[in-house]
Amino acid sequence: MPHFPKPAAGSWTEHYPELGTAPVNYSDSIDPEHYEAEREAIFKRTWLNVGRVESVPKVGSYFTKELAAAETSLIIVRGKDKQIRAFHNVCRHRGNKLVWNDFPGEEVKGTCRQFTCKYHAWRYDLAGELTFIQQEEEFFNVDKSDYGLKSVRCEVWEGFIFVNLDPDAAPLAEYLGEMAKGLEGYPFHEMTEVYSYRAEVGSNWKLFIDAFAEFYHAPVLHQKQAVKDEADKLFSYGYEALHYKLDGPHSMISSWGGMSPPKDPSMVKPIERVLRSGLFGPWDRPDIDGLDDLPESLNPARHKAWGSDSFVLFPNFMLLIWAPGWYLTYHYWPTGVDKHVFESSLYFVPPKNARERLGHELAAVTFKEYALQDANTLEATQTMLKGRAVTDFPLNDQEILLRHLHKVARDRVEEHQSKEHQDAAAR
Amino acid sequence: MPLPAEFSDLEPYADWALPTEPERYAKRLASSMDEMQAFYDAAFSRLEDAIAHIDRHPWDDLPEDARTLMHLMQGLVMVSFPVEVWKQARVPDSGAAYLDLIVEPVV
Ligand code: FES
Ligand SMILES: [Fe+2]
Repeated sequence: MPHFPKPAAGSWTEHYPELGTAPVNYSDSIDPEHYEAEREAIFKRTWLNVGRVESVPKVGSYFTKELAAAETSLIIVRGKDKQIRAFHNVCRHRGNKLVWNDFPGEEVKGTCRQFTCKYHAWRYDLAGELTFIQQEEEFFNVDKSDYGLKSVRCEVWEGFIFVNLDPDAAPLAEYLGEMAKGLEGYPFHEMTEVYSYRAEVGSNWKLFIDAFAEFYHAPVLHQKQAVKDEADKLFSYGYEALHYKLDGPHSMISSWGGMSPPKDPSMVKPIERVLRSGLFGPWDRPDIDGLDDLPESLNPARHKAWGSDSFVLFPNFMLLIWAPGWYLTYHYWPTGVDKHVFESSLYFVPPKNARERLGHELAAVTFKEYALQDANTLEATQTMLKGRAVTDFPLNDQEILLRHLHKVARDRVEEHQSKEHQDAAAR
Repeated sequence: MPLPAEFSDLEPYADWALPTEPERYAKRLASSMDEMQAFYDAAFSRLEDAIAHIDRHPWDDLPEDARTLMHLMQGLVMVSFPVEVWKQARVPDSGAAYLDLIVEPVV
């Protein structure tokens, strides 16, 4: 017996008939050829979120972003005109990586007035113009204006910086669509206290999105995290979402509020009672504007028990907004068919006192305990998918976002490949 | 840095007053359950007092001893999962998985 209503079609999945209800083939997560195709069709031509404007606060603030799946490294920098720009991190002289410290593969950040290549000292200004060539007279009529850094499309939405390697891509706002538009105005800019985590995970990038795009596994995999009575209760209820929505390649799941604050304080751990915080975040909302009249994409079911919404912004960016006034981001950066770099960041309104600060600390520590269990499970999944003893898996109605994600990724690959064929035939 | 005078009872646990998460997490993994239980029992009973003490100062201008007390309470948060639920330092079912904290608001 469902706890929450489903659409008239009978299920969330059947509400979107193009998804079908058949078991889903997971070879897209183990097939090296499919992965190569995803790099071309998805990671080289889709808007990718690489961070927030707060990480480039001043003129000259920069960071580098490794995009293994798109075979490049980027420099994101705020110029003299305050504009944020993105460039391929490659020197125009002989191709050295321009910005890096000791280890070429590691991301770096900082503030500078110009970029100077370590190899032969070519210099570029913050707008990417080549300003200095060592022993310029030895070259053969090189015009510096022809050798600026190679730029990459870069646009900002609600303080989130996106890049796109495809010069012909549609503008960011158009790509993000209606659902994202319905998030505009949320006070992201007030939430500037950041905790960021990073790990390399031995699974396909989509499998970790799968784990965070459904909560159906939570009462099972994370059972031991709750006190015994609460865990038993959660397990016997199972999980149902308040609402699901698909919008083009993007999707969202809306969930109830769980434990923030808990109905029965005896159901939470002692430290949570004192610090008034836990996995679902602080129990008390921060005192900022913008949390009362939520933008329309949040809590689409308009449910009293609303607790959080998770948005999957295709391909690899998730935005998780919590009712008590904080948010989380996830990024999944493929580095191979069976591995990816996972990043997650928690964003809070800066604390005003020790209890709030310790409450954030508890939410961050708790998040890590969960994420470790999730990450570890994925490696087990990846190895068993790889064996192909079983290839097709029945996804239930609570797993609609997974069904959608894998379909969108496959469709993008197919579209791209058929376009390539057409182009080749036309030549 | 020593703790504020009224928290001298926590001095035996002062080595838990570490400023960053990687240090606190490493100490958790290197500690026995007995060590963490003893620290938890002592520190948890002073948590409310510690919050009250720290909050007597402006948050962005904490004296050094209050800062040390804050770090100690962050250590308490770090051991709360092993003590209150896991009964072990490592997260159960986490195998070789790791998650490095790379950005944090250090007090
Ligand atoms: S490769 Fe950069 S200056 Fe030579
Ligand atoms: Fe999970």
